[in-house]
Amino acid sequence: MSTTEEEVTEVAIDEPDVATSEAEPSSYAVFIPNTDEGAQLLKPRSQTTARELMREVGSVLRMSEAEAAQLGDLPEDPEEDQTMIINMGPQHPSTHGVLRLMLEMQGEEVLRCKPIIGYLHTGMEKTAESLTYMQGGTNVTRMDYLSPFNNELVFSMATEALLGITDEIPERAVWIRMLMSELNRMSSHLLFMATNGMDLGAVSMMIYGWREREEVLRFFQEVTGLRMNHNYIRPGGVAADLPAGWRDGVLRLLELIPPRLDEYDILMTGQPIWRERLQGVGVITPNEALALGATGPIVRSTGVPWDLRRDMPYMKYDEMEFDVIVGSYGDAFDRYAIRLAEIRESMKIVRQILEAMPEGDYRIQDKKVTPPPRARIDESMEALIHHFKIFTEGFKVPEGEVYVGIESPRGEVGCYIASDGSPTPYRMHMRDASFTNIQCLPHMMRGGLVADAVAVISSVDPVLGGVDR
Amino acid sequence: MDDTAEAPDTPDIHGCPVTDSHGQEVIHPSREQYLDVAKALADEGYTMALDLCGVDYLQHMNRPLPDGVVPERFEVVVQLLDIANRRRTRLRVQVPESDPVVASLFDLHPGTEAPERETYDMFGIEFDGHPDLTRILMPEDWDGHPLRKDYGIGSIPVQFKEANA
Repeated sequence: MSTTEEEVTEVAIDEPDVATSEAEPSSYAVFIPNTDEGAQLLKPRSQTTARELMREVGSVLRMSEAEAAQLGDLPEDPEEDQTMIINMGPQHPSTHGVLRLMLEMQGEEVLRCKPIIGYLHTGMEKTAESLTYMQGGTNVTRMDYLSPFNNELVFSMATEALLGITDEIPERAVWIRMLMSELNRMSSHLLFMATNGMDLGAVSMMIYGWREREEVLRFFQEVTGLRMNHNYIRPGGVAADLPAGWRDGVLRLLELIPPRLDEYDILMTGQPIWRERLQGVGVITPNEALALGATGPIVRSTGVPWDLRRDMPYMKYDEMEFDVIVGSYGDAFDRYAIRLAEIRESMKIVRQILEAMPEGDYRIQDKKVTPPPRARIDESMEALIHHFKIFTEGFKVPEGEVYVGIESPRGEVGCYIASDGSPTPYRMHMRDASFTNIQCLPHMMRGGLVADAVAVISSVDPVLGGVDR
Repeated sequence: MDDTAEAPDTPDIHGCPVTDSHGQEVIHPSREQYLDVAKALADEGYTMALDLCGVDYLQHMNRPLPDGVVPERFEVVVQLLDIANRRRTRLRVQVPESDPVVASLFDLHPGTEAPERETYDMFGIEFDGHPDLTRILMPEDWDGHPLRKDYGIGSIPVQFKEANA
């Protein structure tokens, strides 16, 4: 407590000084060092040598500086007065929230780029340390807010691994989880279609994409009660069984969406303007993508067929028939086409889930993990005790640590939990796909035009809620 | 890893103790071994570093660790992936509070650039050889490292320079 008090006094003393120094009339250059970003700023060219640039490129390609210099496609090191550094974002509409990019431009050409993040940081990993495992779902579902089911799923799977009940989850719960995460992949990719269209000027596409996504969200609302941030998948199973008529709801989606996707093909895929705008833009090589830890559609666009659903199957994905979509050029068009095709593949999986969905429990019948049904509390003392214990203290999870990774719409989302045996995680870390994927931006943008920067950001499809957590 | 040296009761990989955590392989290199082990594993196929994060074990110092590994306050945890053989492994490195410095994986796995900055930001663990070790999520002038266990939660005065309340 004493340290916080010290901080208070320090701040109180410092504040007037800062205020007076800034109240003085100062030139713009004097003002810059006082911004909060400080050292995060892109350094001026005179302080960044070509050598450093080559080190960056060289380390990504896993070659020495000399070899990187031999490549020859590095931008020329121009005179400083010919370049300028401009800010894009954090309020720019194409930055998908609050991503800020510092771009070093030479005319229209982007030489260097530095993503600056943290504007949406709310300390969710710290919050997770004070929430029980049952409350944790409400927290993680808000991280990557376009794929809430995947976040809940990976958190629940990590908790179940620590509890040692992974194999005891009822069949129906597993299939419901798969159904929801595939529908979530569709809704997320449909939103990508909308934002990608909007960023590139296909404004009608924005409306169409939101419209179709809304249809999927309507189904989510029927099942979970909420359009987003569901807290539906919980450790031990799911929160509630599928409602009556769920099958008709899914069938309606499967009927409604395919013709709309064909419309997208007419509107965008085959259209020359669309292709001109995306093909050859934001190219990344397989080596670069793997070295930078990129996953999901970004690594698949380079031709690496890596999809955790097929390569390291979890749940029942090993029983599913579906194709892993790969690109061949690693450009923005490939990433667009992959996501469009993945919607179709997800529908293929959803059809198989409809056939396979078994009857049975939707959550584990383990009194220590699952709260008893409301009616049981009135008639059973034991049920009342379990209910009370779970909702006041939470259930205890054995000591240990575990990492679980699954394929979210944006790549691998992973959850690392370290438990000390108490009812709250000792440490919970989410490996968010977007956080790692935006490291690819400088490599995709180098040498491109500033107008293409918008297409590149859009094709990476970052969700800043997940990046900043 | 030749056949004669194999001793099933004391498993180790590149001279580091190995444990099994819920079916997942965990390697415990020392700070000195860390970079060499990561390099050797990369040669064996673990070419992707998916994630790197820190853990502050201040309130849980008596956690189970294999023999020969001295528990320290901080741990750096790295998730490695071998795409060709479809396997994962995990590195847990002990980092003492008095000298919270480990080698940076940046030259080996450039994808750890942002996660290492995040770990520095949240725990104050420094990565030797990182090209740009600055705060990534918190404001540049923030005091303290929020995910440390001795960093109080609750009412903390707003530390932004512009805030005049």
